[in-house]
Formats: sequence, C-alpha cells, structure tokens
Amino acid sequence: MTERHILKDHNQERRLFLSRLFIGAGIAVVLVCALITRMVYLQVVQHAYYTTKSDSYRIHTLPVAPNRGRIYDRNGVLLAENKPSFFLTVIKENAKDLEASLNLLANTIHLSADEVDKLRVRLKRRAVPFSPVPVRQNLSEMDIANIAVNQFRLPGFAIEAQLARHYPQGELMAHAIGYIGSMSEEELKTVDPENYEGTDEIGKIGVEKFYEDTLHGIVGYEQVEKNASGRIMQVLSRTDPVAGQDIVLYLDSKLQKATSDALGDFKGGAVVIDPQNGGVMAMVSKPSFDPNLFIGGIARAEWARLNSTKDGTPMFNRALGKYNPGSTIKPFLGLGALDTGIRTREYTIRDPGHFQLDGNSHVFHDWTWWHDHNGHDLVSLEKAIYQSCDTYFYDLATEMDIDVMHDFLTQFGFGRNASVDIPKASPGVLPSRKWKKATYGQAWYQGETVNSAIGQGYTEVTPLQLATATMLMANHGKWHQPALIKRIGLDGEDIAHPNAAPDIKLKNEDDWNFITHAMTEVVHKGTGGYHNTGTAYSAIAGAKPMAYTMAGKSGTAQVAELTADHKNGDAVDEEDKDNALFIAFAPAEDPKIAVAVYIEHGAGGSGVAGPIARKILDAYLVGEDGQLKPEYRPKTTLAPALITSTAP
Amino acid sequence: MLTPESRKYIGSVGAGLERKRSWPQRLHVDVPLLCALVVLLSFGLMVLYSATNQSVPEMRRQLYFTGIAFAMMFGIAQFDVRWLRTWSPWMFVGGVLLLVAVMVFGEVTNGARRWLNFPGLPRFQPSEVMKILVPLTVAAYLSRKVMPPSLWHLTICMMIIGVPVILIAKQPDLGTALLITVAGVFVLLLAGIRWKWVMIVLMLAMLAAPALWVFYMDDYQKNRIHTFLDPEREPLKAGWNIIQSKTAIGSGGIYGKGWLKGVQSRLDYLPEGQTDFIVAVLAEEFGLVGILFLLSLYVVVIGRALYIAGVAQDLFSRLLAGSLALTFFVYVFVNIGMVSGLLPVVGVPLPLVSLGGTSIISLMTGFGILMSVHTHRTARIGY
Repeated sequence: MTERHILKDHNQERRLFLSRLFIGAGIAVVLVCALITRMVYLQVVQHAYYTTKSDSYRIHTLPVAPNRGRIYDRNGVLLAENKPSFFLTVIKENAKDLEASLNLLANTIHLSADEVDKLRVRLKRRAVPFSPVPVRQNLSEMDIANIAVNQFRLPGFAIEAQLARHYPQGELMAHAIGYIGSMSEEELKTVDPENYEGTDEIGKIGVEKFYEDTLHGIVGYEQVEKNASGRIMQVLSRTDPVAGQDIVLYLDSKLQKATSDALGDFKGGAVVIDPQNGGVMAMVSKPSFDPNLFIGGIARAEWARLNSTKDGTPMFNRALGKYNPGSTIKPFLGLGALDTGIRTREYTIRDPGHFQLDGNSHVFHDWTWWHDHNGHDLVSLEKAIYQSCDTYFYDLATEMDIDVMHDFLTQFGFGRNASVDIPKASPGVLPSRKWKKATYGQAWYQGETVNSAIGQGYTEVTPLQLATATMLMANHGKWHQPALIKRIGLDGEDIAHPNAAPDIKLKNEDDWNFITHAMTEVVHKGTGGYHNTGTAYSAIAGAKPMAYTMAGKSGTAQVAELTADHKNGDAVDEEDKDNALFIAFAPAEDPKIAVAVYIEHGAGGSGVAGPIARKILDAYLVGEDGQLKPEYRPKTTLAPALITSTAP
Repeated sequence: MLTPESRKYIGSVGAGLERKRSWPQRLHVDVPLLCALVVLLSFGLMVLYSATNQSVPEMRRQLYFTGIAFAMMFGIAQFDVRWLRTWSPWMFVGGVLLLVAVMVFGEVTNGARRWLNFPGLPRFQPSEVMKILVPLTVAAYLSRKVMPPSLWHLTICMMIIGVPVILIAKQPDLGTALLITVAGVFVLLLAGIRWKWVMIVLMLAMLAAPALWVFYMDDYQKNRIHTFLDPEREPLKAGWNIIQSKTAIGSGGIYGKGWLKGVQSRLDYLPEGQTDFIVAVLAEEFGLVGILFLLSLYVVVIGRALYIAGVAQDLFSRLLAGSLALTFFVYVFVNIGMVSGLLPVVGVPLPLVSLGGTSIISLMTGFGILMSVHTHRTARIGY
C-alpha cells in the first residue's frame, strides 16, 4: 500500500522502457540477420547439394519390359502371342480390413489357404509402401465378375491387366515351341541384366529358349516422379522399349494336329521334315502338356504330375529322345553295303531263319523264327529290305565291320545333333570300336556288330535323326539341316541355313533309286505270298488304296528279352512290349515329305507305327477329293514295273 | 490516479482534438500496420494454396478464419485499451477458469487435452486466449506500480504467469506454455526488471536444466533435442522432417522453383508443409528472394508494432504493445529457425501464414490491441 503514495516518475519510467525496447529490437535485428545468413547458406552455398538430394528422392528410373516377339507357323497361324492377363492385387495401405477382405475372397473366388499364406509372405517382403502385391494371377472371367460385384467390400484390392504369354494351340505345340517361365538366378546370369530389368520370364526350352535374344527385344525406361509413399505421381520422360522380333517357323499347325491325332493315345514321338529345305513341319511328342501352365508360375503338384512316370512323363520330349532304331536302320545299312562294294544287288543268301558267328554258339534269330522256323529262303538285298530279313543283315554286317558301318551312317547325321535350332535333341549313339573304348574302356565284340545290323544293342537314334536320314534318302544325299525357324519377322526373308554335313555322294547314284524302290515295296508289294510281301503292305497299302507311292521302312525294337512263354503267345507286360518305329517319305518319285514315327511299346513297327506314318502323309499330300494334291504330283515316275516286281 | 475532474478535462480536450482526426484514426485503424498485415496474409494464402496442393476447401476455411480474425482486430481496436486494463483481472480469472474447465471437460486429441467444445459454441483452445491475457494482466498489474518493479511485485507477476502456464503445461502443451511465459517475461523485462535478477533467474534455469532433462522431459521431447543436434541420426524417423525441410529450402535456390512448382511438399516428402513447415514450401517455390520478402514483411509489422509501443502514452499500453511485438517476433524466429535447422523442432506455426484459424484469430486480436493503443490517444498534458 505504501507504493501507491510514491510519486511515479513517468519520464524515468519511459526512458527505462525505451532502453529495454531498443535492446529487444537490437536483439531482434541480430536474430533476423542470423536467419538470413542461415537461408543464404542453405539456398546459395548448399543449393546444388540440396537440388541433387531433392531429385534423388523423387526421380526414379523404371524399366519398361519390351513386348515379346510372337511365334507363327509357316502359314501365319499364331503359336505364341501376348494376351492381356488379369490379376488381382492389393495395396496394403489402402486395405481397410485385410482379414475381412481375404475371408470374402475365400468365398467368392475360392482363394485357398495356400494362396493366402503366399500372399502374407509377399506382403512381408514388400519393400516400397503403396506398392501393389499380387494376390492371384490368371484370373478367370468368373473370378473377375465375382470381384467386380464385391469391389466395394474390397478396399485396396484391384484387378490389373498385363500382357502375358499365351499359347493358343495349348498342348499341341508344347514340345515343338517350348515355353517361357519365371527366370531363375542362374538364367539371369546368362543374359544382360540391364536388358532384363523389367522382365520376369525367360524362354525355358524349345524355340522360346533358343531364340530368346530375338524374341525378347530391348528394354525401355520411364523416368517417374514418386511421392514420399513411393506412389508414382507422373511420368517425366520415356524411352520406348523395342519389341522383340516375331519368328515364323516351318511348323505347319494343321500337319502338327494331324500328326498328333495320328499318334492318338499312344506314347511316342514323330517328326516330319520338308525334304526341300529341312524345315521341321511337325514335331510331336505324346503325352504332351499345356505350356500355358508355366505362365505366371506353375503349381508344385502340376509340375510333379508333368514329370511323373505314372502319367507318362509328359515333360519328356520323345521326338528328341534316343531309342534303338530297330530295322529302320536297314535301308541305310543296305545302301552302305552297296556303296562300299560289300554287297551287290544280285547277291543272295539262303536264310534258314537264324545266324551264327563262326566258332560261337550264340544263335541270332530272324524275326520270322517266332512265327515259323522256315526263314526267308532265298534273300537278296531288295527282299532283305521289304521283308526286313534279319539274317541277311547279320551276315552283311559281319562282313562289313562296325567301323565301316559307323563311317557310312555318320553321313546321315546319326550320332550327333545336326539340327539348327533344337539343342535339346539327343545326339544318340552310333557305335564304333573307338566309341566303345572311350565310353566303356572295352574292346568291341563281333556279336555286337551282329546286333547293330538290326538297330539293336548300342545303336540309338532320335525320331528327329531318323526323319533327317529319311529326308537324305528321299533327297538322294542332298543335305538340309533340320530347322524350326523359317524366317524372322512376318515379312522377312527365309533364312538359308548352312549345311551340317557335305552332301552324300555315292559311287553309283542309282543305288538311291534301288533302295528307294525296295522301300516302296515295304508298303506296296502285295503279291507273291507271305514270304514275298512287303512287311507293311497289309497294314498300309493293302488296308486302303493309296493315292501316291510311299517309301517306308518299319522297325520293331526289342525292349526286353522275351521268354519262351511270351513267344508261345502269353501276354507281354505293357512296359516289356517292343518299341514300334516307321520311317517314310512320299511321293517316292519326287518326295515332298519325310517322316519318322516312334511308338513307345507299340509292339509292331509295320502294324502300329506304319499306319500312323501313312495318316501323317495322307494328311499332308491328299486333298479332299482323295487324290494327291496337284502341287505334290511327281513330274517323274518310277518304272511301274519296279513297284510290282517280285524278288529276283 | 486521475480524478474524475481531470478525466472530464482530458476528455473534453480529447473530444476537441478528435474532430481533427483522419478517418483511419476514427475507425481506429493503423494504416501502415494494416497494409503490412494485408500483404503478409495475402502472400501467406498464396503459399498456403500451394502447400495444401491447391485445396479449395482448405483455402475457403482459411479465408473464413482470416475474415473472423480481421473482424476481431477491428472490433478490439474500437475499445480503449484502458478499458481492457480495468477489466483485466476479471478476464484473467475467467481465462484461468476456462483452463480449469479444459482439464475437466476438455476434448482429448493426439493424447493432449487442449480443446473446449461447448455445445452451440465454436471449438476453441483457451490457451490461445491466455497468450494475450497473461501479458495484458501483468502489464495492467505493473502499470499501477513504480518502475522498476520490486521483488514483491515480481513475485506477484510470476504467479500471474505461473498459474496459467502450469495449467497449460499439464495439458500437455509445452510449446504454448513456453510462449506464454515468454510473453509475460517480456512485460517484466520491458518494465525495467533489474539485470541482477535476470542473471539470477538465467543461472537458476541453467542449473535446473539437467534436472528438467532427467525428471520432467518426455522421451519425445528429448528425442527432438537429439535430432536437432544430429538430424542424420534417424533419417527416416525423427530426423526426416528437418532433412526434408532443409532439402526443400536448399533446392529452392535464389529464385525458387516457381509458385505451385515445389516438389517436396507436393510429393508429401515434407511433412506438416501446410502448418509448422510452411516456410520450407515458401523457400522452395520462391527461393531466397521469397524468404527476404517474407522477412521484410515481418520486419515492417514488428517495427511498426515496436514504434507503436515506443510512442504509446501510458505505461500499460507500452508494456502490452512492446510485449505483443516482441512475442510476435519470437514466433517468427522460432518457427523459421526450427524449419531451417537452427533450433530444435518445437510445434510453433509460422504466424499469419500457417494453416489454422485459432492462431490467426489470436494474433490479429493482438494487432487489434496495438491499433487500439495507437488510435485511442489523448492529448498530452504536462509531459
């Protein structure tokens, strides 16, 4: 209360206030200068540093995968294309109640517990927020409809479209063109990682693998601006990817279908070659699989099924596997015997139905031994081919020797993979002394030469090799490397493939005609009784009139040693049945098609594989009118007498 | 104290002078301050438009609040500050009661109880009112005393400051509590409090700091200090704000990237770009030039406010005006200093620019008081 009476000195108070106010203002000025200095430091001195920093936050370069090249058959039919595929994704940040949504999806699109588990793993691994994570790929139309109806109950979920590989022919072309699948770490090492930055899948096998570089194309880039959540806000610049090149194959999808149908439910393989250029017109292996299963990842169970023996190992390409050729080797061996002068056309043997090496007790039987014990009687080379006389060839081979056989047959492409673009094909085995020494470290036995004479023992060939050799027979030795690729780009030029081997020159070029004639008799020779008929006559030309001349040779390759019981007519277990083979070309006068058929456990080369080969030839050569198509009519003809002649 | 007679006398003289007054004075408007505020608010709205990603609803809201703020400013300016002085004890008591009401009925948002939401009334923060009531009450109390204040008066003042500050700190809203303390302390400093005592308080504060660190500060507050000292320590968490704001400011350069062309806030790299960190948006889009323009606007506003304080006629007006001017400067400095990495991160908006209605309304009320101080002048008699 005392202060109230103290006189206030207003001037003194005001001076005190003003001095304090000036001090305050002074400090304020100093602090404003500090702020300005700070700003100058950040905005002028460190400007470049922060500009770089700002750009590095927001600007990202994203790869844009090129569209993969399409694959066409020779007639422009699509074999592999890119189709929009729909998949369900979820952005976790936008999903209000993930559990409820997943429950709903379990009911509407039958999302399995397995799929949910996988999704959870992916959600956990995801690095960038706001990035969509796939829930299910390859949505069916039903799935899409069900999701669309429930969209409002599925916040954060979206259906996205992306181009995915599609094989419109499905199973039919699987073994011919292969498929693409998710790239593995090892595969990534084989390609330019920069070019594959936007690519998840790579050719796994077949044409898709071999022509990967051509089909893939060149990656493009997009510079995008991302916000702090990683969401793309805008595209700043774009370098378009260069699409992969299209590929046209020699394959003929109609013929491929006919070949597949001809094989029916048999396990086996068949290869059809155009003798004029070596183009592979059909390559079938049965059973087959749907290559579309591999797009977007194949299920484990599905993969196991494709590789299981019980289901006939659909993944295994029987057109490229190696098997004993059986008697299909005989025309080539016979040609070799003529060319090397070991046999003449006129030379005959009297066949008792079996053969024995000097000083060896082992008896090699002719195939007729199991029907009667008479043998083929008097047999020339011609009859030895159309009657498929084993004894004649046992004798011939013993005299010719394995190394001479090896050297001659090598010219036909046996024992190696002579193809342009089918690296998966087995080289097979064409035995020789050297080969046996290198492989087994053992000396060659004479008995093994006898086995080799009828395409048994070590000799193993692929249907592709057989078709190639058949083409060479049809071409009189003119080589064309078997190839799938015809040209690059729909309007491109046909590719001229280098030859895998020099053309085969015979001392007497007419020997081609002689063997060809003998091969036509396999199919067409139907007179002269049981011992003078072509082995495949009753099953092929005898079964139904033919519009053209077909040259062929059957082969029945023994899989298991048959016991006496079997020979007496007991049923043979399925897996012990002989493999059936048939090679053929037609029209014999001016060949337009060469084919090799292999039927696993088909039992009869002539009876089972032969008619299949004919169906393939018919499909290609015969028009709707039942006549040979005009473009395939031969300009020259074989002497009709030859076709109907009997053995000398 | 003035006698009723002298009051009458002064009033009649004042009435005589009033006739010569220009229309802004009659409207109780200070033209230079008004101009600076209009330019500052316009520039602020421009920056805000960009910072809100051109959100029209947000702009509409902000314009609405700005309108209310102007109305408050004009309204307050019509009252003679001496009227405010008379009523200040009651207003202060009312404010404290509101703070107590907050503690009881307050609405909890983000873990803090700061808002009052009475039905039929707009939602508001009583602590904002205290930003003005505390310096007002301290100035009113001291204006009746002899300056420099005695220790006893200081103690009373400390209580006037301390009661609301503690209530606000309990909400908790440490930032506002500190700023209110500062506003009150400015009144004391301007009143001429002896340096000896200032020194003693400062030394006590320094001694208390470690104790505060250990016993009082929350982990998030300690973290802010850590982050201030080394922002790269947790670049994706606590350090993110400051790294991003420095990047925004630095990448703006001298001339900036242009209006609406800043990327740091548009792409959400800069958090709180509309509120506490808006100056980073400005710096990115308008560059150093824009920053200098903004600072000069603030300098004009504060300079004018200090001038008004300097020429005010009575001790109460002076103390109040001076405190309001310096507190306003503290807001500006703390915010820009924080965003540019000079100070630790504290939640202080950029005055008159950041999004938010309450802050603008309370600040403009303060400027209304300043205008009242300057326009309700009476003829000087005797000195």
